[in-house]
Amino acid sequence: MAKVVVDVMPKPEILDPQGQAVARALPRLGFDGVADVRQGKHFELEVDDSVDDATLAKIAEGFLSNPVIEDFVVRRVSE
Amino acid sequence: MTAKVGVITFPGTLDDVDAARAVRHADREACSQGRARELEAVSLWHGDHDLRGVDAVVVPGGFSYGDYLRAGAIARFAPVMGEVIEAARNGMPVLGICNGFQILCEAGLLPGALVRNHKLHFVCRDQWLRVENTSTAWTTRYEPGAEILVPVKNGEGAYMADEPTLDALEGDGRVVFRYVAETCSQGRTMGAANPNGSRRDIAGISDPTGRIVGLMPHPEHAIDALTGPSDDGLGMFLSALDALQGAAA
Repeated sequence: MAKVVVDVMPKPEILDPQGQAVARALPRLGFDGVADVRQGKHFELEVDDSVDDATLAKIAEGFLSNPVIEDFVVRRVSE
Repeated sequence: MTAKVGVITFPGTLDDVDAARAVRHADREACSQGRARELEAVSLWHGDHDLRGVDAVVVPGGFSYGDYLRAGAIARFAPVMGEVIEAARNGMPVLGICNGFQILCEAGLLPGALVRNHKLHFVCRDQWLRVENTSTAWTTRYEPGAEILVPVKNGEGAYMADEPTLDALEGDGRVVFRYVAETCSQGRTMGAANPNGSRRDIAGISDPTGRIVGLMPHPEHAIDALTGPSDDGLGMFLSALDALQGAAA
């Protein structure tokens, strides 16, 4: 078994109102100096060793993300 | 020939009952115009690999599979959707309303995607739309440029696509509905037209054939004065009837 992390983020050109709302809240909470926030999704997958990178890319591109609006990064994480 | 319109129910679908009711109202309207019984609503179940012989499908609104992952992302892989996608590619008319529109985009039957509303609020209001294309299977009953009043209710209704896709949609006349502001009796517009930050005020689009249409607002909630702000939505279901009978004739 291996641990795989998939991070899915809204594409840079896609408006991210959730991230903007977080960014606007920070100064109100006394945290200055944060210029921008983008909010995405983080998936942790426990996969068999038989699952190859091509399959992981298919999972990330075809299901975990929507390529119209999101980019993804797949990483194998060593235990 | 009685045309059968299937209405899909997924776990979390809300508007299947109203969509089926809209089909029945359209049938009654056709009957009152002197035609025989012509439209029948057929319930379709998400878990079945079966379209039960329907001639068209409405993918209704709601929160299929709880909107988990992304709105429509899981419903798109439901067994019945496999059948819908295949039939749609062979020319069957399909209408996606709200969550149904999101599902059709996720399924790749329509381009683009629907994302969180620009001000993060769930918007629920009566909304004016302009019918931009009256040649699709779902809009032939409208006058070109007609403005109709139907409810809109969504949290993730902002239509997004890249600029070349938007240009292509505009150029090919595939923007079917656009949000417009209300016009008061003195002719001034009131309030903001666009409820959710959709690119180019797009409320609904079609595929290149005009048989697959998706929109965020809810025509099935605007079919009689008793339960909706207007009966402007009924025309979509009567248009489908015309399209199906035209195809059969």
